[in-house]
Amino acid sequence: MIRAAVVGGSGYAGGEVLRLLTGHPEVEVVQVTSERLAGKPVAAVHPPLRGRSELRFSSRDTLGDADVVFSAMSHGDSSAMIGELSAAAPVVIDLGADFRLRSAGDYPRWYGWTHPSPELLGSAVYGLAELHRAEIANASLIATGGCLATASILGLAPIACAGLLDPAIPVVVEAKVGSSAAGSQSGDSTHHAHRSGEIRSYAPTGHRHTAEIVQELRLSAASHDVAFSATGVEAVRGVLVTAHAFINTDLDDRDLWRLYRSRYSSEPFVRIVKSHTGLHRSPSPKLLTGTNYCDVGFERDPHSRRVVVTAALDNLVKGSAGQAVQAFNIRHGFPETLGLEFSGLYPI
Amino acid sequence: MCPECDAQVPVEDGVERGEVVTCPECNAELEVVGLDPPRFVLAPPEEVDWGE
Repeated sequence: MIRAAVVGGSGYAGGEVLRLLTGHPEVEVVQVTSERLAGKPVAAVHPPLRGRSELRFSSRDTLGDADVVFSAMSHGDSSAMIGELSAAAPVVIDLGADFRLRSAGDYPRWYGWTHPSPELLGSAVYGLAELHRAEIANASLIATGGCLATASILGLAPIACAGLLDPAIPVVVEAKVGSSAAGSQSGDSTHHAHRSGEIRSYAPTGHRHTAEIVQELRLSAASHDVAFSATGVEAVRGVLVTAHAFINTDLDDRDLWRLYRSRYSSEPFVRIVKSHTGLHRSPSPKLLTGTNYCDVGFERDPHSRRVVVTAALDNLVKGSAGQAVQAFNIRHGFPETLGLEFSGLYPI
Repeated sequence: MCPECDAQVPVEDGVERGEVVTCPECNAELEVVGLDPPRFVLAPPEEVDWGE
């Protein structure tokens, strides 16, 4: 059994990684830390663990040895204590943003702080298996992608990585996301009277995940800029990305099918959803609740060279904790789907 | 081949022109318009309206 510790386990991402690890046949969770809730039973905060975990939260000052540490702390905290995390376990999987970006200069630009350990950014591996499977298998520091970035990257990768984007036209990406992506701490904007029924354009420009999308799709801000916007919608979980990609050659839907099929036919957690019939013709985040799938779809605009790409996922699973467990499986040589087999509920 | 997604569409022995089969890849409903080799066209789709 692999002994896992979860640092910063009180929030939604921490709770989700605990839910997945508790059901993982090759993992024993040995410690869960939270400064705010130290001493309280973990199951009292995360109801899915009722009857399944006797653990209590402890302070991270007491972090003991483990085989792997999952860090679900707030942005900025993992990099501040990466020395302690790395001393506790040979493998650290960070669910936050601290090690996602390769360039230290991107942190002041997108996050507003200077990275305290820029020397580690070159060796950290972006944790998206579909792009970095071989590197993840040998990594000691893995950074899972942001939820909106993950959906955007998986949706656009077949086109972008094939060099099919028109360099003269930016890719326009609009992401809709449920409230759990904002974290478990309440604030004025999460007050029920403000949030209920709201469709809020909370980041029309400047969203932090833009940097990951540019980095992972190997775009350059100069020639292939990404114009990214994010909107909060009336849902708890779920991401739906709609991307408008203008291509540099004439491809029809069948060409796009071949392109997407060649990229994703062997991927266990990416499915092409594009149907002419039935109720579910395109990716829908609702159907993916609790699963580690990212469903992608596309449609060529018959009047232009625009391809509309859609991608859906559960922000807390494929967009965070599930992606982390998938990377964990790869790193430790387990079947990639172990502990992630849940296929969803229908109807939901 | 499916005219929608270019996937191989298996047909059972005895299939006839005019029958509708389903593509295993994209779930498109396909009308059989030729038999040797099998040829298909898209069957007319149902329309959906979410606010148009």
